[in-house]
Amino acid sequence: MDKHKRDYGIFVGFLLFLLVSQLIDFERGMVITDNFIIFARDMLLILPPAFIIIGLFEVWVNREKIENSFGSASGGRRHIYAILLAATTVGGTFVAFPVANSLYHKGADYSSIFTYITAASLVMIPMSIMEASIIGLEFTLLRIGLSLPLVVISSILLNKLFTRMEYRLPADV
Amino acid sequence: MEYLYIIMTILLIISLFFSREKTWQAIRRGTKKLLKILPNYLMILIFVAVIMSFAEDFIVTYLGGENILLGGLLAIIVGSITMMPGFIAYPLAGVLLSRGVSYTVIAGFVISLKMVGVVTYPVEKEYMGIKGTIYRNAASLTITLILTLLMGLYYGEVLFNG
Repeated sequence: MDKHKRDYGIFVGFLLFLLVSQLIDFERGMVITDNFIIFARDMLLILPPAFIIIGLFEVWVNREKIENSFGSASGGRRHIYAILLAATTVGGTFVAFPVANSLYHKGADYSSIFTYITAASLVMIPMSIMEASIIGLEFTLLRIGLSLPLVVISSILLNKLFTRMEYRLPADV
Repeated sequence: MEYLYIIMTILLIISLFFSREKTWQAIRRGTKKLLKILPNYLMILIFVAVIMSFAEDFIVTYLGGENILLGGLLAIIVGSITMMPGFIAYPLAGVLLSRGVSYTVIAGFVISLKMVGVVTYPVEKEYMGIKGTIYRNAASLTITLILTLLMGLYYGEVLFNG
């Protein structure tokens, strides 16, 4: 709890800094304020529904289902499921981390989770459409096409490593 | 983002239909989880707001150098440290592109931005553990380097024979 108090203290201090910056026309502080508002809107609004959905997931979805699709018994299919789930995850890695942790404790193995987190930022559908329209479709297709095999390969390797280390993800977070 | 609220509402209604008790349990669990991690998200928010006030100028000024490999490497470093939503990152990449910055550099920037998260560490370590976070980011950085190089080769900007 102490760490919580400290962090909230820092946050309040930061807000005061932004406020003072406005009052004394401190330019850098005003730029930081603009950025802060943009990011705060983007991030903080997405968290409440995301966490309620995670809560629903943990209460309703049974372990067996997750083990069958995202566990090691699922074989190569689990990477495809992980990528499909990632493509539709709103909010990128911010939301993907807590979701991945919940999946893990419902029986997904580490390689599904790694694929999921990494793919969540790589192939998010709305973002990829935006990228294609600004940088070019060829660029986007190439980036996604080349990255997915690498992501799957590295997640399989990491899975082996973590299994050997008997690494466990934090529980009860 | 609005549709996440719509999805949540639909799921809650379905859940209520089946069990009032389990629905409350889910809401309580979600809220508890969020409150536990919220300070970490707030810390990231501060980092990002401060870093971004320097990064945008830095990116536009320095990523367009002559040396493509050096530019690509710099792009990867900047992309790894910063974090920004797509609606800022892509227009920025568009500006770079219109200034003649190479695809290699843009690929390095965009890919590392997505894959490697230095500022997201406070949240990632809570869910993945410290070791898990470090290994994932190391693997992601490796993938980013390989991908950037491949993209550079594809666009004919990175050549090995010269």
